[in-house]
Amino acid sequence: MTLSPGKKREKIDRLSELAARDDERGVSLWQEAFRRLRGNPAAIVGAIILAIFVLVAVIGPFLVPYAPTDTIGIREGLIKPGVIPGPDGDHWFGYDHQGRDEFSRMIVGARQTLLVGVVSTLIGLAVGALIGGISGAAAGLGGRWGRWIDTTLMRFVDMLLAMPSLLLAVSIAALLGASLTTVMIAVGVVSVPVFARLLRGSMISQANSDYVLAATSLGVKKSKIALTHVVPNSLAPVIVQATLTLATAIIEAAALSFLGLGNPDTAVPEWGVMLADAQQYLGIRPSLAIYPAVAIIITALGFTLLGEAMREALDPKLRK
Amino acid sequence: MFRFIVRRLLQLIPTLFGLSLLLFIWLRRLPGGPETAILGERGTPEMRAAIRHNMGLDEPILVQYGRFVRRMIKLDLGTSTSTKRAVTTEFIERFPGTVELTITAMVIAIGVGIPLGYLAARRRGRFLDHASVGGSLIGICIPVFFLGYVLKAIFSENLHWFPSSGRQDPTLGATRVTNFFVLDGLMTREWDAAADALWHLVLPAIALASIPLAIIVRITRASVLEVLNEDFVRTAEAKGLTERTVRGRHVLRNAMLPVATSIGLLAGGLLSGAVLTETVFAFSGIGAFVAEAIGQRDYPVLMGFILIIAVVYVLVNLLVDLSYSFIDPRVRVR
Amino acid sequence: MRAPRPKVAIAAVAVAALAVAGCAESNRDDNSGGSKKDTLVFGVAGDPKVLDPSFASDGESLRVARQVFETLVRPEEGGTKVTPGLAESWTPDAAGTTWTFKLRSGVKFHDGTDFNAEAVCVNFNRWYNAKGLMQSPDVTAYWQDVMGGFAANENADLPPSLFKSCAAKDATTVDLSFTRVSSKIPAALMLPSFSIHSPKALQEFDASNVGGTSEDIKYPSYATEHPTGTGPFKFKAWDVANKTLTLERNEDYAGPKAKLKTLIFKTISDENARKQALRSGDIQGYDLVGPADVEPLKGEGFNVLTRPAFNVLYLAINQKGNPKLADLKVRQAIAYALNRQQLVDSKLPPGAKVADNFMPDTVEGWNGDVTKYTYDPAKAKALLAEAGASNLTLRFHYPTEVTRPYMPNPKDIFELLSADLKAVGITVEAIPLKWSPDYLNATTSGNKHDIHFLGWTGDYGDAYNFIGTFFDRPKDEWGFTNQALFDQFKDADSTADIAARTEKYKALNKSVMDFLPGVPISHSPPAIVFGKDVTGVKASPLTDERYASAEFK
Repeated sequence: MTLSPGKKREKIDRLSELAARDDERGVSLWQEAFRRLRGNPAAIVGAIILAIFVLVAVIGPFLVPYAPTDTIGIREGLIKPGVIPGPDGDHWFGYDHQGRDEFSRMIVGARQTLLVGVVSTLIGLAVGALIGGISGAAAGLGGRWGRWIDTTLMRFVDMLLAMPSLLLAVSIAALLGASLTTVMIAVGVVSVPVFARLLRGSMISQANSDYVLAATSLGVKKSKIALTHVVPNSLAPVIVQATLTLATAIIEAAALSFLGLGNPDTAVPEWGVMLADAQQYLGIRPSLAIYPAVAIIITALGFTLLGEAMREALDPKLRK
Repeated sequence: MFRFIVRRLLQLIPTLFGLSLLLFIWLRRLPGGPETAILGERGTPEMRAAIRHNMGLDEPILVQYGRFVRRMIKLDLGTSTSTKRAVTTEFIERFPGTVELTITAMVIAIGVGIPLGYLAARRRGRFLDHASVGGSLIGICIPVFFLGYVLKAIFSENLHWFPSSGRQDPTLGATRVTNFFVLDGLMTREWDAAADALWHLVLPAIALASIPLAIIVRITRASVLEVLNEDFVRTAEAKGLTERTVRGRHVLRNAMLPVATSIGLLAGGLLSGAVLTETVFAFSGIGAFVAEAIGQRDYPVLMGFILIIAVVYVLVNLLVDLSYSFIDPRVRVR
Repeated sequence: MRAPRPKVAIAAVAVAALAVAGCAESNRDDNSGGSKKDTLVFGVAGDPKVLDPSFASDGESLRVARQVFETLVRPEEGGTKVTPGLAESWTPDAAGTTWTFKLRSGVKFHDGTDFNAEAVCVNFNRWYNAKGLMQSPDVTAYWQDVMGGFAANENADLPPSLFKSCAAKDATTVDLSFTRVSSKIPAALMLPSFSIHSPKALQEFDASNVGGTSEDIKYPSYATEHPTGTGPFKFKAWDVANKTLTLERNEDYAGPKAKLKTLIFKTISDENARKQALRSGDIQGYDLVGPADVEPLKGEGFNVLTRPAFNVLYLAINQKGNPKLADLKVRQAIAYALNRQQLVDSKLPPGAKVADNFMPDTVEGWNGDVTKYTYDPAKAKALLAEAGASNLTLRFHYPTEVTRPYMPNPKDIFELLSADLKAVGITVEAIPLKWSPDYLNATTSGNKHDIHFLGWTGDYGDAYNFIGTFFDRPKDEWGFTNQALFDQFKDADSTADIAARTEKYKALNKSVMDFLPGVPISHSPPAIVFGKDVTGVKASPLTDERYASAEFK
């Protein structure tokens, strides 16, 4: 599930605002934020969860006891309709419905899950930043054309924002046909409007800030101001938002799988697909659903904790 | 205020035209058409071509769009290709379910979320604060469909407290008036039918409320914290007003502005959750119906739905803007 | 506005509630207080599409039709054999083109009118004389499947009609004439699409007026609100807002009356949700039980009924796809490579069997003496090497988002089959597509598909309905033209003598398995479940369950 537009707007506004304020005390925004992050237990917990997750995703596949596609249980005749054996000494989490080692699949699945989350967030970020950037620049440059471009783009973004995100994702998945790329694009597109509004908002408030006025009056070129001042200073809220979007992207991918539009490629396991597949076997082996569900919840929690903590750390209103 | 409302409503017309043209082209670009969905494995290429022809799908897209607009002006949204019933009839029968469900979910989210967020802020740093912040984080992170299954497994399958599916016990044979089952029960004095419909709403509404509840708790908490630091609260306390008055008249009221904004916008986002909740709880509503319509390439249903969503979105936002002026007298709409 | 807001809100709600209370009429029957034990709520996977079975081809519409309507002949309960329905007996003439049906007397339609020979002719003429949109293949799918065309075909692609005329000789005798001999008659007449409707109701509710503009077909009110037949249940209400359809007992039914007073079909599309609804008592039975749930539900004491398998799942091979596939040796290699027994044991419901023919053994014409391709990976490798296809790459299509009675879990089946193919050195390129429309489009047209799986559930007990549907003409699904085989089909279908015809079908099954256009994989018995205290229903291979005999213990 994605965050609701309400939450999106609230965050977007807050983040845009904070980006506009520059360091008042001489310490850079980032240094200050990092200092405050270290003191926040939620941030530390989030960071630890993510560190473990990334570690598992990167080296896990090399360490698993069984190949995640090896249908051991079926070859050995252990899997029958209505029978899925539970854990034993060799198979710590038992078998999945196709007789594969569940533990190995969970470990290998971390990589694919991370991949889906990261790539779809990057897609959302790239497209959103492009739209938001153009729109913000156009608004900043002003003039009739600038305003027209800005309004048109923002109208479009608002329409995207108004569409129920899951139905938007479903229709994109239907348009492109089922594949891993489709899932990434469908989940990514949903976050486009958020990033677009965010970047535009912070660029506009940057453009109106005193230092840009000062630079302009000193005769610095507009394009140089945009590249060296406005864009870098607008990035902080975008990075925070990306962290938060990663969490929702993973959950959204799981929802797509539940609706049967997930990645159909069975060679590489992914938690969302595993959770959706396991619904059928809730009656006979609920643990098959519980492992991926808990893994998804914990990972999403990690991203959310860290993201929220970063937001708080960067929020000038709370800097007291 | 009147002119404001009229202007906002007039803005709808160009939006709807633009949106419908875009959608029309977008939908027709989806690979495959309704004919395959209709015929299933029995279809042959010749049969599919015959159906495409019958439905006018082999004509130029602008001709098709022209027909669509002519019908839309008459408020006729056409016939669903998958159910063969008028789209407007489908909506009249299925929208009320979703509305009932989302309203109940919002009542739960607001009724629990605002007090909880407020208490968390008042007891900042204590157990209740940590518990509600932690709980709301988990509420955002748990996949809705999984929560639905878990709720059913506990409260329907094992405890038998709540029904696990549908909107009402069909053996009651309740009378239908508006298709809002609770309302129908009241209108016809079929009290048992109304109570039963309400009973069926509990589990799906809780599942659907999980995310908005979590968001409302956090926004309320943050907003109350901010207000508590404001000078006027300190002034009010200093001048010796009772805590009750300070809380009620000053803190809560001022903290409600951002909460109201988010509630208005949350209502739109609820539809995403409704797709999943309705599927899991076999709840007859528009969300699951539309998700299925995408798979069936049911163009008329999809067009009608998205246009209605656009209208609802504009209306909800209009209401939210209007509600500002009631909560905060400083805001005056023009 | 000095009153605290919550109180104002509560008062407002109370006032509103009082204001609406009683402002509409309750039209509820007062006899709803009776024992709940005569009402069965049954969970189904989808809403019916239309209540007039003449226009239906989806299982849920037909399920309703089977309770409300009757046909001239009907399958025996729990089987596929043709037994008396509204007709007591039937005989063909010497040429085999005119069939005389002797009808039951004393049967009344739900609207009180009499069932007789005249009514039968009204129905057949209604279908035969279809015009305009009623000739669309999605409207009269089964008529076109069985009879081909109409009195006046409006589309040049339609074949001439098999049906010729209907003559009522007296009140209980009717002659149906056909243009040629066909093995489909009389078995096809037990399809619910050939249900006999009340002529009065047909006229009153304008049943043949399938209207509207070309792009939105509008069905007459008969098809959505007034189905009127002779069956043990009468249609009462279709509550789309609650996804339920209610039938009530026909108190004037000619045969043994239904034991249930009320029968309700409730749509629960999610399989897991159906199971949870059964367990929590919302429903007292459901259809399309997942294979994994059969044993657990039995263990909990539910009445799980297994339908005799009347379907086939096959791996189709497209000879116009990869050119190597036109080589019989390569096709044989694929057949030997598949460990079908393992698939059946681990993934299909209890009672499933490996298929040797493209039709189940309950259909006349099944042949146990065909070439069998028992799992033998070594032989598969050898055959591939012989054919010079050792590094074969195949595009393997499989469907997503679907369960069919013959393939409860396509993704799982794909994984096992593709592992088998990989084991003999074939490179598999997985192409998952959404069942509808992408998968069906891709596998039944064009030639971008090499192998895929698909299946078929029989409509009635006739060999042609299985193998004829697949192989009686060139089809894009298989990509071959084998005129000898096509001629063999034509010959078998037009043989009037049943014994001779059965022999010809046996020979056909042998030819097919030697030619090996694809590999039949399995016949799996779909399950249906009823509550712990519900008895009396017999599972039918044709999904023709009769809820009239259901009762609570």
